[in-house]
Amino acid sequence: MRTFGLFALVAVLILGTGLLQSWNAALLILNMGLVSAVMALGVNLQWGIAGLFNVGVMGFVALGGLGVVLTSTAPVSEAWAAGGMRVIGALLLGAATVIGAVLVWTRIKNGLLTAAVLVVGFFVYRWLLDPGVEAIEAINPALQGNLGGLGLPVLLAWPIGGLLAAGAAWVIGKTALGLRSDYLAIATLGIAEIIIAVMKNEDWLARGVKNVIGLPRPVPYEVDLQNDPSFVERAAGFGLDPTTASTLTVKLGYSMLFAVVLIVLLVLAQLALNSPWGRMMRAIRDNETAARAMGKDVTFRHLQVFILGSAICGVAGAMMTTLDGQLTPSSYQPLRYTFLIWVMVIVGGSGNNLGAVLGGFLIWFLWVQVEPMGQALMGLVTSGMADGSALKAHLQDSAQHLRLLTMGLILLLVLRFSPRGLLPER
Amino acid sequence: MDLLNAIIALSNFVLIPAVAYGSQLALGALGVTLIYGILRFSNFAHGDTMAFGTMVVIIFTWLFQSWGISLGPLPTALLAVPFGIAATAVLVLGTDRVVYRFYRKQKVKPVILVMVSLGVMFVYNGITRIILGPDDQRFADGERFLISARDFKAMTGLSEGLAIRTTQALTVVVAILVVALLFWFLNRTRTGKSMRAYSDNEDLALLSGINPEKVERVTWVIVAALVTIAGVLYGLDKSYKPFTYFQLLLPIFAAAIVGGLGNPLGAIAGGFVIAFSEVGITYAWKKVLNYALPDSLAPDGLVQLMSTDYKFAVSFVILVIVLLFKPTGLFKGKAV
Repeated sequence: MRTFGLFALVAVLILGTGLLQSWNAALLILNMGLVSAVMALGVNLQWGIAGLFNVGVMGFVALGGLGVVLTSTAPVSEAWAAGGMRVIGALLLGAATVIGAVLVWTRIKNGLLTAAVLVVGFFVYRWLLDPGVEAIEAINPALQGNLGGLGLPVLLAWPIGGLLAAGAAWVIGKTALGLRSDYLAIATLGIAEIIIAVMKNEDWLARGVKNVIGLPRPVPYEVDLQNDPSFVERAAGFGLDPTTASTLTVKLGYSMLFAVVLIVLLVLAQLALNSPWGRMMRAIRDNETAARAMGKDVTFRHLQVFILGSAICGVAGAMMTTLDGQLTPSSYQPLRYTFLIWVMVIVGGSGNNLGAVLGGFLIWFLWVQVEPMGQALMGLVTSGMADGSALKAHLQDSAQHLRLLTMGLILLLVLRFSPRGLLPER
Repeated sequence: MDLLNAIIALSNFVLIPAVAYGSQLALGALGVTLIYGILRFSNFAHGDTMAFGTMVVIIFTWLFQSWGISLGPLPTALLAVPFGIAATAVLVLGTDRVVYRFYRKQKVKPVILVMVSLGVMFVYNGITRIILGPDDQRFADGERFLISARDFKAMTGLSEGLAIRTTQALTVVVAILVVALLFWFLNRTRTGKSMRAYSDNEDLALLSGINPEKVERVTWVIVAALVTIAGVLYGLDKSYKPFTYFQLLLPIFAAAIVGGLGNPLGAIAGGFVIAFSEVGITYAWKKVLNYALPDSLAPDGLVQLMSTDYKFAVSFVILVIVLLFKPTGLFKGKAV
C-alpha cells in the first residue's frame, strides 16, 4: 500500500511537471529517472543485499558510456592501418606483464623477480604503445583521431557496456574485495577517478576530452519525423504542431526502451532477492562469520555480487550515453554519478529493490526541480535588496548550488529519522 | 656529465615540490587519522572541510587586503588563518553536535558513520559553493620567491636555476611547527594523553574516568586547525578550487592508510611517500638524466613514466600495494 502510494506520488510529480511546465521537461525527467533507477538497482544489489560499500559507481557508468562508443561508431580504417594492431598488441602485452608478475609472485615468491618483470614489461609496453598512439591520433584529429568502434547497432552497446563494467569490476574485486569496508570505499573511489582519467587522456580510445558526438540512436530523428507526411497528419490529429510532436515521440521512444530494461532488471532482481541465493547473500551481509561457518564462500559471493551490480551500473551508463547521443568524459563528476546514486538508494530504502527504484525517480526529480525552486527562493530572499547590488547578484548566481545542500540535508534527515529508507526492507 | 647541475635540477623540479606537497598531505592525513583513531570512522567530508576552512581564510585575507593590512614578504593569509580555524571549529563542532553524536550514542557500525559523512560532505560542498562559488581563487600575496632561479644562477654560476617559492618554504616551516606542537600535545599534556588512551582502548579509558565528550570535542578542534592549515598551505602553493579539494581526499586517505590509519607518525610518513611517488612518477626525467648521464647515454624521449593526468593512479597503486602486503600500513595502524 505504502509502495503503491509513493509510486503514485512520483507519477503525480512527473505528470504535474508535464501539466505545469512542459511535457518535454516531464519526459526528460522520466527518462533520466528510469536510468537513475537502473543505477540505483545496481548499487542496491551491492549495498542493500550484500553490504558492499562501492563508491566507484561513476567509473562503471563511464565505462558503460565508453561501451557505446566502442560498439556503435563506425571503425576508422586508416587509424587501424596506422597503429591499431600495435596498440592492441601493446595492451595485450601490458595485460600479460601484469599476469606474469602475479604468477611469479604467487608461484616463485620472489619480490625482486616480480619487480623486474613489471619494470621490463612496462618499458616494452610503452615502447610498443607510444608510436601506435601517435600514429592513430594523427589521423584526421579534428573529427576522429581514434580507432572508432565496431559499427554495430547501438542497442547492442547496452549489454556490451555492462560487460565492460563487469570486466573492470572483476579486476577491482579481485584486488580490493578482501579489504575492510572503508578501505574498499577508498579503493573504488580511486578506481573511478582513474577510469575517468584514462577516458579523458587516451584520445585514441574515444577522443578523450575532444568528446564523441553524434552517436547513433535507437529511435528515429526528429527531422525525419517532421518530413514524414503521415506523421505530421497524425500529430495534427492530436492537435500538436509537428516539432513538439516529433520531440515528444522521440523521448517517448527512449522511455519505452528504458522502461523495458528497468522492468526486466527489476523482475530479475526481485527473483534473485527471494531465491535461496538472495537469502544467502543477506545472511552473508548480516553475519559474515556465521555464513562462513555454514560453508559459504564469502569472498567468491562478494566478487559475484560486486560484478553483477557494477554490470547493471554499466548498462545504465550505456543507456544514458545513448540518450545524450554523446560521450563527454569531463562531465563525469563523483557528486553527480556516485554520491547522488547513493542518496537514491538510502532514501528509497536499501535492501528493497522497489525502494531503490523509487529513490531513483524521486531524488532525480528533486535534483532537477530544486534548481528552479532555489532560484525562486533566492528571488524571494533578495527581493528586498536593491537591484544591481553585488550581494543580490551573488546570491542569485549561487542558487544552483542549493541542490547539493538539499541533497545532503535529505540524506542526513533520512539517515536520522528513517534510517531504513522510505520503503524499508522486508 | 654534470652531476651538480643534475642535483640542482632534481631538487628544483622534484625534491622541493614533493616536500611541500608531502607536508600538505601529511597535515591532511593527520586529520583523517585522528578522526579515525578517536571517533572511529573514515570521514569523507574531510576534503570539503578543508575547502570550507580555506574559504573563510580567503574571505578574511581579502578583508585585510582591503584594509591595507599585510605581512610584508609573507602572505596576508597567515593573519587570517586563526579566523579560519575558529570558523571551521565552530562548523565541525556544530556538525558533531547535530549529526554525529546521535549515531555515536547508538553505537552504529562505522560504515553508517561513513554514510553520514557523505551527507555532511554534500552540505559542506553546497555551503562553500554558495558562499564563494565553484571557481579558482588565488589569494597568495607578498614576496613570490625566497630564491628565484635567476638569482640562484647569478650566485652560483651554474646553468640550472633553483627556485624556492615563499609558499613552499612557508609550507615546510609551518608543517614542522604544527606537527611538533601536535606531538607535544599528544605526548606531554593530560588531554593529549587521554586522547591517546581513548584511541587505544575506549572501555578502559572510560573506566579511568576520561570524559569522552571532551576528548571528542578536542579532537574536532584539532582536526579543524589541521585541515584549515593544510588547505591554506595547499591553496597558497597551488590554487583554491572546491573540486580540487574534494579530489585531495584520495591522496590524503592514501597517505593515512599507507602510513597506518590511526597512527599519527604513519600519516606523516604516508604523506611523503605519496607525494614523492606522485611527483617522481609524473615528472619528465629527461633534463636530470641529460646532466647525470654521459652524452652517449642521454635519452631521446621525455622519460616521463606517466602523464601528470594520472597522478591519482599513482597514489592509488601505492595504496593497493601497501594494503595487499601490509594491511595495517607501514607503521602499525589500528583496525576497527
